[in-house]
Amino acid sequence: MAELENMHDNEIKKSHLPSDLDLRVKTLETLLTEKGLIDPETLDALVDTYENKIGPRNGAKVVARAWVDETFKLLIKENCSKVIKEEFGFKGRQGEHIIAVENTPKIHNVVVCTLCSCYPWTVLGLPPTWYKSAPYRARIVQEPRSVLAEFGTIIPKEKEIRVWDSTSELRYLVIPQRPLGTDDWTEDKLASLVSRNAMIGVSLAEEPPL
Amino acid sequence: MTRYNPLPFQPCDENGPVFDEPWHAQAFALAVHLSESGVFSWREWTEAITKEIMNAGDLEQANVENTYYKHWVYALEKIIKQKNIISNKELKIKLEEWRMAYLNTPHGNPVTL
Repeated sequence: MAELENMHDNEIKKSHLPSDLDLRVKTLETLLTEKGLIDPETLDALVDTYENKIGPRNGAKVVARAWVDETFKLLIKENCSKVIKEEFGFKGRQGEHIIAVENTPKIHNVVVCTLCSCYPWTVLGLPPTWYKSAPYRARIVQEPRSVLAEFGTIIPKEKEIRVWDSTSELRYLVIPQRPLGTDDWTEDKLASLVSRNAMIGVSLAEEPPL
Repeated sequence: MTRYNPLPFQPCDENGPVFDEPWHAQAFALAVHLSESGVFSWREWTEAITKEIMNAGDLEQANVENTYYKHWVYALEKIIKQKNIISNKELKIKLEEWRMAYLNTPHGNPVTL
């Protein structure tokens, strides 16, 4: 059974309210869409074009380091934002914490923000369109196994799936399982196996080419 | 899109504009989209955003992402009102609808209008 790691309480729920400017952008987008002056899909495609400016490559470096350095991995499971700021210089907005959750042979982790689209963008860049969509946000909690299967990720029945619900204060980075056959790989090379989707938990790390 | 030339004060690196938060990129994409579909020309937009920054006065902060995209959003609201596409009243009502939607949506449900 999937278990929802619910970190919200009333106080946190309130802080989900986006900033005034964020809401003003949403307002413009809604009104302009209603008037037929913008097409949401074209807009998303434009955002996607520029999203690699923040880029998920930061996160891939963090995961690769965790694969080769056990101490680093333990530290980022406690307080990822603090450690990556010190080690890599990746800075988040003030007050936002990231913790890393590790996939193991028994547990698969996947991240959602059921209320809006909180996302660890300091390490993963801008959220993909599907992450913000209402169906993903609702269904990943109710039927994670089916949703993951739609991403081509088949999780065996005996493996537990944990769904982590982000808040504006606490966000999650999934450390996928390190693929076999990569023992002598460098961190840089390992990072190339880590996709954005693997760090959200809807995919696994890529297998090394034969 | 790779031909994009940064505007004055726009936070950029060697490959183009950089963003610090998702709404920065969304606001940026809105203006690009509206100019591409002919609601205003890019030249008009350049003038509007530059005027907004100059009027705000704080030029030392102007190239910091959060400040820069604040000007961007304000300029976008102004140009759309000037062109009588959206009224101030419509903006206010819709903004309040979004705010209330966030405040009233129980946790675990998607926020929609």
